[in-house]
Amino acid sequence: MTANQVTLWYLAASVLFILALKGLSSPTTARRGNLYGMIGMAIAVLVTLAVVARGRVDLIVLAMIAGGAVGAFVARRVQMTQMPELVAAMHSLVGMAAVLIAVAAVNNPSSFGVPDPLPAGNKLELFIGTFVGAITFSGSVIAFGKLAGLGRRFRLFSSAPIVFPGQHWLNLAIGLVMIGFGVAFFLSEEPNWTAFIVMTGLAFMLGVLIIIPIGGADMPVVISMLNSYSGWAAAGIGFSLGNAMLIIAGSLVGSSGAILSYIMCRAMNRSFVSVILGGFGAEEGARAADAGQRTVKSGSAEDAAFLLENAQSVVIVPGYGLAVARAQHAVKEMVDLLIEKGVQVRFAIHPVAGRMPGHMNVLLAEAEVPYDLVFEMEEINGEMGTVDVALVLGANDVVNPLAYEKGSPIYGMPIIDVHKARTVIVNKRSMAAGYAGLDNPLFYMDRTMMVFGDAKKVVEDIVKALH
Amino acid sequence: MGAAADPTVVNLVIFVLAVFVGYHVIWNVTPALHTPLMSVTNAISSVIIVGAILAAAPAEPDFGSILGVVAVALASVNIAGGFLVTQRMLEMFRKKDRPAGKSDG
Repeated sequence: MTANQVTLWYLAASVLFILALKGLSSPTTARRGNLYGMIGMAIAVLVTLAVVARGRVDLIVLAMIAGGAVGAFVARRVQMTQMPELVAAMHSLVGMAAVLIAVAAVNNPSSFGVPDPLPAGNKLELFIGTFVGAITFSGSVIAFGKLAGLGRRFRLFSSAPIVFPGQHWLNLAIGLVMIGFGVAFFLSEEPNWTAFIVMTGLAFMLGVLIIIPIGGADMPVVISMLNSYSGWAAAGIGFSLGNAMLIIAGSLVGSSGAILSYIMCRAMNRSFVSVILGGFGAEEGARAADAGQRTVKSGSAEDAAFLLENAQSVVIVPGYGLAVARAQHAVKEMVDLLIEKGVQVRFAIHPVAGRMPGHMNVLLAEAEVPYDLVFEMEEINGEMGTVDVALVLGANDVVNPLAYEKGSPIYGMPIIDVHKARTVIVNKRSMAAGYAGLDNPLFYMDRTMMVFGDAKKVVEDIVKALH
Repeated sequence: MGAAADPTVVNLVIFVLAVFVGYHVIWNVTPALHTPLMSVTNAISSVIIVGAILAAAPAEPDFGSILGVVAVALASVNIAGGFLVTQRMLEMFRKKDRPAGKSDG
């Protein structure tokens, strides 16, 4: 194959990757899009194998089969509640692969068709690709640990932020030293391994240090951000190898992650910088002082069932508590019963419900809740005033009306306007505050009934009462 | 304009245009599918397997080609895992047999 043919095939693959992402604009086109993505990847891999046909293709194919088998096994076995962990783990693999490729390129540029010794431009790009890859790797490992709940055994993975004095200055210093060694690598005539290794090591360290101060509630931002980094790392490698397809694929992923981070930050009304600096949620579990003095109305699951079956319209607001309790299947059963009884049931999803963007939608889809019952916050907020019963399951901050009060810490955060519904039923395990450590006036409204208990248990009791 | 532009500059052009394409395509992704978006982008960024294959290829095995083989394996985990888990999730979003008549939100 000539270089031109190879490049044209790579162009076809790039277009297919764009179509794969474009397909995700609707659930009906998404599966075809995913197929385009697979075809694009197959083209990219086969063409590259043809290019290196005289090399050790057998070993490469063996590695591909081994890796592919592991990937396929995990994809089949993973539970939908574990998607955030899986995605974090996959980000780390992209980062590691980028670092390995960069090291190989410094070691033997000619195997990539890059001039030996490396031209200055390639060195710069390799240096960027390497440190972004290294940060992606170690940062994702920490994010994985936090999401998988390894914090109980290893403090490094604690989901509570790990903060210490001078943290940001330390990170800044490490970052600058890292860049210093990168520049040294860039300026040396001979491949400067010392500078390269020190730089990579510092980047690995930095990845750990920038993720540990970020608390569990900010995980949707972290995971989107690492998604973005993994894309930029791929693009960086594409630059150093002069491969347009890698640049295109990497940039698509990089901008995707960046946009998701932006959407998540906006949904929490926090600036990206404040999330990155971390420490939020450090006083997790802190309660507002007057919580004990105000009274809440609490009821049983049977009371809730009575209210629900006598309503005309019900909106269910699921939160992370629902996922933790694995209550989504019980919820689906409850919804079916209510629909049978002629109640109009809809779901309202806040953008940061769950531990990653879109997580709650996947959990509901897994429970076979039809996606046309599931609405985004903006779509349903205007109608909340006409809703008979709003049922809040394991959500707190995203329905906290304090967001409308000037001076409150969450002022300005977009919320689902549950407080406008005629009746509100809130299921929580206890009166503990949410991640923001704030009390929630919603719980004290006259129209609100609290049902305490594990989400799954409560929903199952409601189902029993509905029968 | 005598000589052709520096390859790095050409790459920069491709990069900037691709970021633009990405920006517009991603904003059109429905929020309900943001999780599949992340898993499929994971698979797509693993196209760095192309670099890994080149690194692994030299007939004379050396330090770099061993790293290349490892990188091929890592990227393959992601490619297979990313596309398949995305497919699994998207199957869940398939429309179930329900009485028609309701328009999509």
